[in-house]
Amino acid sequence: RSDLALNEQEKDLNQRLRRLYPAVNEEETPLPRSWSPKDKFSYIGLSQNNLRVHYKGHGKTPKDAASVRATHPIPAACGVYYFEVKIISKGRDGYVKYMGIGLSAQGVNMNRLPGWDKHSYGYHGDDGHSFCSSGTGQPYGPTFTTGDVIGCCVNLINNTCFYTKNGHSLGIAFTDLPPNLYPTVGLQTPGEVVDANFGQHPFVFDIEDYMREWRTKIQAQIDRFPIGEREGEWQAMIQKMVASYLVHHSYCATAEVFAKSTDQAVHEELASIKNRQKIQKLVLSGRMGEAIETTQQLYPSLLELNPDLLFMLKVRQFIEMVNGTDSEVRCLGGRSPKSQDSYPGSPRLFNSPVHKASSSQTYQTGIGDVITDHLHFLLSPGFDSNYCNGVSSSKGHTLAHSHKSCPRTMPSPELGVLNGSRGQQTNVGAEVEMEVDHFSNGVSESSSNGFLNGSSTHGIDLEECDGDMEVDSAQSKRQLCGGSQAAIERMIQFGRELQSMSEHLRRERGKNSANKKMLKDAFSLLAYSDPWISPVGYQLDSIRREPVCSTLNSAILETHNLPKQPPLALAVGQAAQCLSLMARTGSGSCAFASVDDYLH
Amino acid sequence: MKNAVIGNNKQKANLIVLGAVPRLLYLLQQSSSSLELRTECAVVLGSLAMGTENNIKSLVDCHIIPALLQGLLCSDLIFIEACLRCLRTVFISPVTPVQLLYTDPTVIPHLMSLLSRSRHTKEYITQIFAHCCKTPEHQTVLFNHSAIQNIAPLLISPSDKVRMQALKCFSVLAYENTQVSMTLVNVLVDGEQLSQVFVRMMQRDKPIEMQLTAAKCLTYMCRAGAIRTDDNCIILKTLPCLVRMCSKERLLEERVEGAETLAYLMEPDVELQRIASFTDHLVSMLADYFKYPSSVSAITDIKRLDHDLKHAHELRQAAFKLYASLGSNDEDIRKKITETENMMDRIVSGLSESSIKVRLAAVRCLHSLSRSVQQLRTSFHDHAVWKPLMKLLQNAPDEVLVMASSTLCNLLLEFSPSKEPILDSGVIELLCSLTQSDSPALRVNGIWALMNMAFQADQKVKVEIVRALGTEQLFRLLSDPDTNVLMKTLGLLRNLLSTRPHIDQIMSSHGKQIMQAVTLILEGEHSIEVKEQTLCILANIADGNTAKELIMTNDDMLQKIKYYMGHSNVKLQLAATFCISNLIWNEEDGSQERQDKLKDMGFVDILHKLTQASDPNLCDRAKTAMQQYLA
Repeated sequence: RSDLALNEQEKDLNQRLRRLYPAVNEEETPLPRSWSPKDKFSYIGLSQNNLRVHYKGHGKTPKDAASVRATHPIPAACGVYYFEVKIISKGRDGYVKYMGIGLSAQGVNMNRLPGWDKHSYGYHGDDGHSFCSSGTGQPYGPTFTTGDVIGCCVNLINNTCFYTKNGHSLGIAFTDLPPNLYPTVGLQTPGEVVDANFGQHPFVFDIEDYMREWRTKIQAQIDRFPIGEREGEWQAMIQKMVASYLVHHSYCATAEVFAKSTDQAVHEELASIKNRQKIQKLVLSGRMGEAIETTQQLYPSLLELNPDLLFMLKVRQFIEMVNGTDSEVRCLGGRSPKSQDSYPGSPRLFNSPVHKASSSQTYQTGIGDVITDHLHFLLSPGFDSNYCNGVSSSKGHTLAHSHKSCPRTMPSPELGVLNGSRGQQTNVGAEVEMEVDHFSNGVSESSSNGFLNGSSTHGIDLEECDGDMEVDSAQSKRQLCGGSQAAIERMIQFGRELQSMSEHLRRERGKNSANKKMLKDAFSLLAYSDPWISPVGYQLDSIRREPVCSTLNSAILETHNLPKQPPLALAVGQAAQCLSLMARTGSGSCAFASVDDYLH
Repeated sequence: MKNAVIGNNKQKANLIVLGAVPRLLYLLQQSSSSLELRTECAVVLGSLAMGTENNIKSLVDCHIIPALLQGLLCSDLIFIEACLRCLRTVFISPVTPVQLLYTDPTVIPHLMSLLSRSRHTKEYITQIFAHCCKTPEHQTVLFNHSAIQNIAPLLISPSDKVRMQALKCFSVLAYENTQVSMTLVNVLVDGEQLSQVFVRMMQRDKPIEMQLTAAKCLTYMCRAGAIRTDDNCIILKTLPCLVRMCSKERLLEERVEGAETLAYLMEPDVELQRIASFTDHLVSMLADYFKYPSSVSAITDIKRLDHDLKHAHELRQAAFKLYASLGSNDEDIRKKITETENMMDRIVSGLSESSIKVRLAAVRCLHSLSRSVQQLRTSFHDHAVWKPLMKLLQNAPDEVLVMASSTLCNLLLEFSPSKEPILDSGVIELLCSLTQSDSPALRVNGIWALMNMAFQADQKVKVEIVRALGTEQLFRLLSDPDTNVLMKTLGLLRNLLSTRPHIDQIMSSHGKQIMQAVTLILEGEHSIEVKEQTLCILANIADGNTAKELIMTNDDMLQKIKYYMGHSNVKLQLAATFCISNLIWNEEDGSQERQDKLKDMGFVDILHKLTQASDPNLCDRAKTAMQQYLA
């Protein structure tokens, strides 16, 4: 039972830390969660999961002082960091109750109280003085004793620290703090016992209110950032970015209207955009055979020069055959192509923004809903739970139905696989971390297409749409290759061709583990009687068409000497990268400047 | 016209001079005018009102208010909004008498009924209420017309302006108003308690004005007794919010309001004072209030200097008020305040500032600090605060005099080293004149100070007091309608009648009157405390050598003492017994005769009975007295 309670506390702790410090990447900079059994003086005893500290020395002279540091230093990306210490016992009578709470850098002598040495800072209970790297204290606050809760807050934006007593702020104690300080507590009296709260329990002081103030300050700073001489160009620049984004994703009608109403030239032939749109539509509706054919027709040398791309398209085609959506199997008696599974012309339509009412007013004028919608999903890669579940259908969007018509179940554990397959350790359901991941991907994989990044985010959406999908899958029964024997034979045959193509490729161009895995995964579908609910069933999801679609799109654009990633996605990625750089270099303000806050 | 006057004060003035206002009002009031025309008239008038204060005066002189109020009876919302907008502009001007809103009793209920019509009606009407609620009567009128129920839902309006004006309404409604405050605590807004709504409005990311006004609302509710001072919403939210308002980051106006509100909040509660004293370095933060205009502002720009100068007085008086409130109970806090940089010097110069507000606040602060024995002995003496204080007492308005004389009372305490120099400065005459004031508070302070002065004083001082006060005034004070005055006068008498030579000396010259006064009080309808004090005076008289006889020869008085020895109140029994004990004390001349006489009068029986009393003090006192007979 106590294990259960412990787990519960652990969960509370993780939740609270994530809420308080959303910008911290704990893989890089873990947060302090307890005192370190390794980083303490021998007179210190730890118990209760290394949260309780007691003194076990003689306590006769300052030479008997003993301190302990937390397991990790405070990450700058916290912006504002806070922990509390409750005095459980002030120690045996007849002693002066030396006791210090504060911060110290790694390596500072632990046979001392916090504050006495260089890079060490403390607030002492016996006299209420603050010690700033010095053996002499300054009058600071009230004294503290048994029952009091003392809090220590580090502001990593202006590098100051203040303490609290029983929930009341005592004002700034230290300024110009160095980076990478550890929470530290020091005792010097037999019988002294203190408990730390690194987020295991709600804090007595309202630290979130303090954080709110700093978030507002930082955001005001950003809002008021001087733009300089090029001020007048903002609008033009944003319009350019939007236009290029529309063109990139081949929203040709929208792009045309947008360009016209903003007086811009489109840097690509309209016909070319339409071509790309046509191909994308085919890929996204699962009609891979036609897509490949059309590509070969319109861009004759493209696939010839990119055999890996062709291979990838073909593997997808195989998967679509299993799915029963590829044109080659469809005409052999699969489902009617148009009525059910047309994946309409938008690459991603996972969200129907809640903010639509307001956003459409801003963007809509004379352009139409389509833009609004896509602008929106572009601009809000992270989302609340509210975002999904088809609000858009109420607005009469034709776009919103594709998810529903894709028969599949996606039990949530599978999502882990989905994310895991991309080599990330994402926590399913943890929206905040996902967002962060999404952005860091946007940069680290800057060579790949922007669309790829979307997929991890997309996963969340799927999970949240679970309810809807299960209903759907009950409605239409899934069958291999749409249930036609001829189609199955064609699929098998196609699989053989694919196998030989793979062998050919290997001979020509050497081993390619990505290709190998791709093929293996695709073939694995056949190992299950119901591929849709198999561990590899995620491949059948229509979302998996998107990376294929965007890779193809980028390849086409590249041959036209157009950027393979739209500038808008690049800008968002750069901003995100800038923030993670700030976190690494100790600029705490990154905590309150989430890119998401500006994408709405 | 509308386009001509927008943003052009000169044009506005021109139009007014040319007589446009009566004409516009005429058109506005004609029911035959089209709605569009009437609306345009209201808009133009609203624009004229946006000009100078003189414009407003002209408009009010043309009876614009009743005309616009009349217009509100129209059913057209656009027209109503135009009228309200103009009314709002007129009413928020300081030159408009707010009373005009209340002249017609149908206006307030009508405004209440219009309140929820639109976002604009909400904003304008709440803004009018917030500005026009200045007296308890106004509060009552608004309260009786369901202002609370009507305005509460607006606190969660999507419009920032509406929320802000609604909040302001509550702060003016709740100020020193128990009825409103008590009602407010039970109001729910969308299922949430109003106090919690206010707490949310104090969050640090909200506009400062909103935080400050919400803190005021909670402060007023707390002072009215509707919220306990130890409630978390006060102790963990309102108080820290107000301390934040005092910080250097805030505007000068906000700092003034923040400090004044905080002073008011914690005035009666020592725990709040203690918490505030260590919150965010408040005590040293306030020291900064005295640094305006700063030397930097004078150099950098003239506009800033002007701004600083304008607020300098306000800042100083607010800081003094807050220091006064902080230090009113706790000795440690007083020490902390006096140790703040140049604190005593600042008070001393504050006492002689030209602004009466600053002088008053400075003397309040001094008064608060003067409750400290240690400060009286040290910093008060070192800085000779008595000097500016005495100067202040010469010619000041009553409110300053009350504070100053009250402070003087503390400075005249026996252990205060300032007592001597104050005595030498001719303070007795001044205090005696205070006892003749019409203000009970001043009379109390005057006589109180004299009482303190007479405590263990030299014969010379006592004689001087009696001379300066005059027996006539002394006896007038003994029949003062104010109990406090009476008590302090009795206290003065008691202090005068201490040590035997003094007793005999005073009784020989004023014995008759004093005995008369004592008789009068003992026979009158007075509280136990007053009678006890009087019996103590009698006991002091009984301690004199010659003065004793004044009692012994007064059988009526002896009967009274006897009566009080058998009284149901132990304190009176004790005092009366003390008196008898003094009369029969052995070692003095004539003690035998006095013992005999009192025995004959039956006092021994009473004393005997009292030796059985349940109260140990009384029992001891009676036993001691009985021993006088046995010896």
